[in-house]
Amino acid sequence: MFLSIAIFIPFLIAIFIPFIYKRVPNRNIGWFVLVVPVLLFLFLASHIPTVAEGKTTIHTFRWIESAGIHFTTYLDGLSLIFGLLISGVGSLVILYSIYYLSEREALGRFYVYLLLFMGAMLGVVFSDNMMVLYVFWELTSISSFLLIAFWYHRKKSRYGAQKSMLITVTGGIGMLAGFVMLQSLTGTFSVRETIQVIDQYTGEGLFIAAMSLVLLGAFTKSAQFPFHIWLPDAMEAPTPVSAYLHSATMVKAGIYLVARFTPIFGGEKIWFYAICCVGIFTLFLGSFNAVRQTDLKALLAYSTISQLGLIMSLIGLGSAATAQGMSTQSAIFVQATFAALFHLVNHSTFKGALFMVVGILDHELGTRDVRRLGGLMAFMPVTFTIALIGSFSMAGLPPFNGFLSKEMFFEAMLSLRGLDLFSLGAWGAIFPVIAWVASIFTFVYSMIIVFQTFFGEHHPERIERPAHEAKPGMLIAPSVLATFIIGIFFFPNLIGDYLLRPAVKGLYPTLSNVESMIPAITVWHGFNTALWMTIGVIILGVVLYWRLHSWKGIYTAAPMRLNLDTMYNGLLLKTEEGASSITRFYMTGYLRDYVVYIFTFFILIVGGVFFTNGSFSIDLSNDAPIAANEYIIIFVMMGASIAIIFAKSRKTAIILNGVLGYAIAILFVVFRAPDLALTQIVVETVTTALFLLCFYFLPEWKMEKLPKPTKLVNGLIAVSAGVIVTVIALAAQGNKLFESVSVYFENAYDLAGGKNIVNTILGDFRAFDTMLEVVVLFIAGIGVFTLIKLKAGKEERDVEDQ
Amino acid sequence: METLITILIGVLVTVAVYLLLSRSLIRVILGSAILSHAVHLLLMTMGGLKKGGVPLIGEDNSTFTDALPQALILTAIVISFAVTAFLLVLAYRTYKETGQDNLDALRGFEDE
Repeated sequence: MFLSIAIFIPFLIAIFIPFIYKRVPNRNIGWFVLVVPVLLFLFLASHIPTVAEGKTTIHTFRWIESAGIHFTTYLDGLSLIFGLLISGVGSLVILYSIYYLSEREALGRFYVYLLLFMGAMLGVVFSDNMMVLYVFWELTSISSFLLIAFWYHRKKSRYGAQKSMLITVTGGIGMLAGFVMLQSLTGTFSVRETIQVIDQYTGEGLFIAAMSLVLLGAFTKSAQFPFHIWLPDAMEAPTPVSAYLHSATMVKAGIYLVARFTPIFGGEKIWFYAICCVGIFTLFLGSFNAVRQTDLKALLAYSTISQLGLIMSLIGLGSAATAQGMSTQSAIFVQATFAALFHLVNHSTFKGALFMVVGILDHELGTRDVRRLGGLMAFMPVTFTIALIGSFSMAGLPPFNGFLSKEMFFEAMLSLRGLDLFSLGAWGAIFPVIAWVASIFTFVYSMIIVFQTFFGEHHPERIERPAHEAKPGMLIAPSVLATFIIGIFFFPNLIGDYLLRPAVKGLYPTLSNVESMIPAITVWHGFNTALWMTIGVIILGVVLYWRLHSWKGIYTAAPMRLNLDTMYNGLLLKTEEGASSITRFYMTGYLRDYVVYIFTFFILIVGGVFFTNGSFSIDLSNDAPIAANEYIIIFVMMGASIAIIFAKSRKTAIILNGVLGYAIAILFVVFRAPDLALTQIVVETVTTALFLLCFYFLPEWKMEKLPKPTKLVNGLIAVSAGVIVTVIALAAQGNKLFESVSVYFENAYDLAGGKNIVNTILGDFRAFDTMLEVVVLFIAGIGVFTLIKLKAGKEERDVEDQ
Repeated sequence: METLITILIGVLVTVAVYLLLSRSLIRVILGSAILSHAVHLLLMTMGGLKKGGVPLIGEDNSTFTDALPQALILTAIVISFAVTAFLLVLAYRTYKETGQDNLDALRGFEDE
């Protein structure tokens, strides 16, 4: 109950931010915003003891019964750990942003977007209903778009925002299709209910399709290969945003999704292979590419991609436990999941801290290019310490939390060797090798952050502002994270017991007693293979870092040119060109062409259906008799209308049109419609007068000198349209499907108190219709008046067009 | 009667469509006016012609002709008048601004 409300608190506060910003138009608005995540964090933290005992909370607001969509919040260990990350890192990021963003920025807008994101992200992790989850999921994409494009006057910001939006939303739509497929199999949108019944449906063809689509959503969001290309461009966002969305929370939504759906899809071969292979390859690709970056933020972006791949591959490995049930092998998989969640938390701490450090460098020195930085240790001792702690933790060195989870990762990958699983065979040996190689590169780029920035020679002329330490306020948030990095190393079992174990339990709801398979985290576990791997990483990493300049050439080698970014840009360009060339093909700008489209469509569809259905049946028996004078009127009308086409002058044409109008008025008299006849006479008179008035200003019309074929086509379309209308009208008269409802109106005197039935219909039964008709007349009148009176100035051209 | 009127409607539609397809702005407007004449007649015919007395209560009629199409047509006449008036003024303004009443010459943007 309170949890459901908690999700909406950020949205509610976001509504009020613009009003508060008007009163407090300075950075102090951040303090007000800060209250929201802090309170949410405390609220969620108060659930830790109960969740640790294995209790889960579920609450449902019934919503759309017929579609099976309800607002259900579900709190278990898995969602709690994400909820704490979102609110915890959120608090620190907002605290940091208070000092980071200048007062000239549109702070109101910034915090509205940030709160929007926070609420959406909480919605993603706490929603049990897939449809609700999807809506929140896309809302995170939208708020991410808005935040990346926060400095929208920069071209690169707009490009990055569009790229991330296109890629993540494409995946999101795929995921939606996957959810709908699952629902059509199981009949429910609830994740928990699906888990219980999914065993009956694993053989269905739709099951695999749904799985692939859900994976597409997860991979695009978590920047897995080949969708990782949006993340480096997303770094155009302000640094607090990068720290929050693009390293600590939003990109982990994909991991959350995979974890949450493991009980549904886990145990499938494709699921296992897809996640493990994509994850481990992304790990390698990310760390390999991070080394070549000179922009520290880009380096961190690739590093994030790589670390996400690491977590992803561990979750993939862990998914096998669902298939294995309770066996000795399961312990390996459960421990892999445990390691994944552990690293997830650790990554948020050290990567958040590193982003904030880079933000400080950017903010204080005006650059974040490693080639321009150096020797800053003496000027910025606190920043240096935080950077050192963060980087060494990322490299997997003790005494920092990264060491612990990195060791667990190596152990999990090593256990894949010789595992009899999904016909893995000898291929299992590749995983630890790739993991090890990737870790070497991770070590190298971690060293780049520390040594190339803070050691070496200081070049004051290369930085825009003289080097100095940041304001204390800015250092609070990264210091807190740094404290966590060390704290978790010394007391790992504190979060292990209270957060990670319940989370693993929440990940495997179908397995009982998973907790017994997880040993306590130990800092020292003897000289095993994992430790030797770490030592190898350090030795080789140091060597590679030392000789960096001599092997950097491989990045500019030919095969590296073929990259996904060019493909993405090319695809985007081709799509635009293709779309506009199709549009140009039929949008010719000639009115005639459009009219031709309309009538050809009418002739083909209406006429085609009419004749193929064989609806052509004419019944003339009900016809009213025709008097001689009526024959005369009708033939005069036919003659007059045909003569209009051949009229030499426009005056002739307008007089012939008048003939038509007045003849219709006479026909109305014949047809017992006095009101119509009166109206028609008035309107026809005014129309003719209007035509003549306009002719005074317009040139005499020339005979149309159209080429023969055009004339022929026009004639053909006109005649066909006429014939089809006639034939359908004739057929419609012969086949009355319903009795007329008009008898009801004949009771007009009792119902509406009027004797003229037509008038009562207009003024009473369908009064709204008449009122809106008056509105239309009014609008047309305004249009006429404006067109005559308004003097349109020659406007200046739009600046963008020039 | 219905059959003959329906044929008349067909002729009117043919003429209207032919005029709509032409290049001159005035012809197009004239075409749309004639098309609305045709539609009014079509609505009338669908309700049946001369199938009872004038729809006025209190006259010596036992049956009435269908009043609903009449109400609809009344609305339609007024609306089509508004549309014709607007189009005419639009043509006037277009000619004044561009010196053209040929639709083919009016195509596209200035900077293309």
